[in-house]
Amino acid sequence: MKKKTRKMPSRPDVVNRFAGGSWAYSKAVRDHFFQPKNLLLQKPGRGKFDAEGIVGSPACGDVMRVWLKIDAKKDKVTDFKWRTFGCASAIASTSMLSVMVSERGGMKIDRALAIRPQDIMKRLGGLPDRKIHCSVLGDKALRAAINNWFKKTGQYDRIIIEGTQVLDPNTKVTEADIEEAVVEGARTLPEVQKRTKVGIGYPECLPKVEELIRFYTEKYFGPNSA
Amino acid sequence: MPRSIHYFDHAATTPLDPRVLRAMQPYLTREFGNPSNLYSLGRRAKRAIMAAADQIAGALGCKPGEIIFTGSATEADNMALQGAVKAIRKMRMRPDGSADPGRIKIIVSEIEHKGILAVAAALEKEGVEVVKIPVKKDGLVDLKKLEAALDDRTVLVSVTSADSETGILQPVAEIGKIVRKFRDKDKVTGIKEEKNSPLSLSPYPCPIFHTDASQAAAFLDLNVDELGVDLLTLSAHKLGGPKGIGALYVRQGTPLEPIIYGGGQQAKLRSGTENVPGIVGFGEAMAIAARERGRESARVRKLRDRLERGIMKSIPKVVLNGHPTKRLPNFLNISILDIEGEAMLLYLDDLGIYVNTGSACNSESLEPSYVLTALGEPYEYVHGSIRFTLGHETTAADVDYVLQQLPPIVKKLRQISPLNLSLGQKEKMSQPKAFIGGQTPHFLRKRKENEERRKGTGTNHS
Repeated sequence: MKKKTRKMPSRPDVVNRFAGGSWAYSKAVRDHFFQPKNLLLQKPGRGKFDAEGIVGSPACGDVMRVWLKIDAKKDKVTDFKWRTFGCASAIASTSMLSVMVSERGGMKIDRALAIRPQDIMKRLGGLPDRKIHCSVLGDKALRAAINNWFKKTGQYDRIIIEGTQVLDPNTKVTEADIEEAVVEGARTLPEVQKRTKVGIGYPECLPKVEELIRFYTEKYFGPNSA
Repeated sequence: MPRSIHYFDHAATTPLDPRVLRAMQPYLTREFGNPSNLYSLGRRAKRAIMAAADQIAGALGCKPGEIIFTGSATEADNMALQGAVKAIRKMRMRPDGSADPGRIKIIVSEIEHKGILAVAAALEKEGVEVVKIPVKKDGLVDLKKLEAALDDRTVLVSVTSADSETGILQPVAEIGKIVRKFRDKDKVTGIKEEKNSPLSLSPYPCPIFHTDASQAAAFLDLNVDELGVDLLTLSAHKLGGPKGIGALYVRQGTPLEPIIYGGGQQAKLRSGTENVPGIVGFGEAMAIAARERGRESARVRKLRDRLERGIMKSIPKVVLNGHPTKRLPNFLNISILDIEGEAMLLYLDDLGIYVNTGSACNSESLEPSYVLTALGEPYEYVHGSIRFTLGHETTAADVDYVLQQLPPIVKKLRQISPLNLSLGQKEKMSQPKAFIGGQTPHFLRKRKENEERRKGTGTNHS
């Protein structure tokens, strides 16, 4: 019999006893956490990969590093290897991202650049609210690697400048990320931090972030909603 | 799917001792009386409570009437801090009814449980001055700073007996002496004479000294006179008792106002029908702990040391968090570099090993453990911290199982991790102060600036 495809988010499997229901991982997260795919196992030899990118800081608790092989003619990422320092969500989301990019022979660079954290989360069957921020670094690491490729190959016009302005140099959270967090329902700084991790290791940017939260809340939800 | 459990999180909670359950059972079923009632069913419940208070008083070396049962250690902490501040504020009320809250100050250590720190923060909002005493590099509260912070406005000092993350033993008896010395020096310090203020109050000694001994009670001898404490917090479920029951020891004569009002149970200090089965279980658990802790401490310490030595031997780049010797015999808190605590926790969980971590990912606030950062550990270390806390049912087989399973997990997670931090470079890493209050720039930025300065290049950004 054909295996049923999972359409509904899978049932929580790993439940943390401290925070109860809001803190549960799906089966997909569990699988990618315990059996990570496309992990870089050996130190890469010179020239083995075409591009490399890294985001995060060990002090903040998340570091993601990716290595890419790129087919210049087809303008396609053909291989994606990674290493991640972080929690289960962070490891699982990088693993899932690597699958998304490299499955079916690879992914066009432009499509890879367009991957959002939500896309990764959807494939993972969702993440607990508190863990959403853990998935937001993977796509940034990928973009950093692709930018690295653009620089190497002289395609300076294609280099993506993250959002409008990078607010936090460690997590590379941008204004656009704040806008997105607000659109998705975050209204306060802690809520936005849960999603983006902005300013946790770099509190100087917080006044600006708060200003942006107010601005976007008014923009999308009217002046009386802030 | 049945699988064997290897429980190493006794600082979070302990399983109920079967002997405790046996003692409780009648009070969950046929002995259901309300201890406030006069008929025999009620009187028997009352007697059960008194017997439990006797058991606890016996362990603490105090009078049974000095034990107030609460719903948790957190409630006992709330009662200690809020109740003392309330009582003294009331005593210092001006004749016109207006309080002078600016004069009230409390002192706590910075590694207290949230049950203390959150209450202190709430009191601070009400105008109470809160002084947080830092810990020294070895994790012990800085006694000189504590002594220097004492003044006639100080109404309460609260220092934990052993914190819940590293189990470091604080010098409670010494602090008790310092507090007493201060009180004796200034016999009647509760009220400073004010002109034209007809305060007609009996003198009482200040500051009041409180310790949260929830973690320590299972393994330490807690004689309240030897410790010199006026208030002491206990929790049943940390020593093989049931959840939902704690207690506050209140030295006779200590000014304390209730924070819960109602029918006036427990000398009006804590209204509400007593949790009879919980109290009975608590008494039994405390009596067992007092009877067995000598033997149990030695046994658990041996197992803990075996675990500690084994991990240090088989896994490279591991650091001990907390004092090497002055710590509870069942605590082992280590940082395994290059990997994140929550990932480690979940891998261990998959094998039936239950531990805890101080990693940011494991907390509601997404901030790494404030206790470990207060000890001067860099964030990089704290994220990789795991805490093993052993208990009565921990066996050598449990320890050996961990020693067998942990190294391959660490190896795998290190393979996943892009980091390769080196030991002995703690100073070069981010120090906690680099994050506090947003005044100092983030460490990465600082490091970059230093590098640029070294290179002699300008810091102009293009």
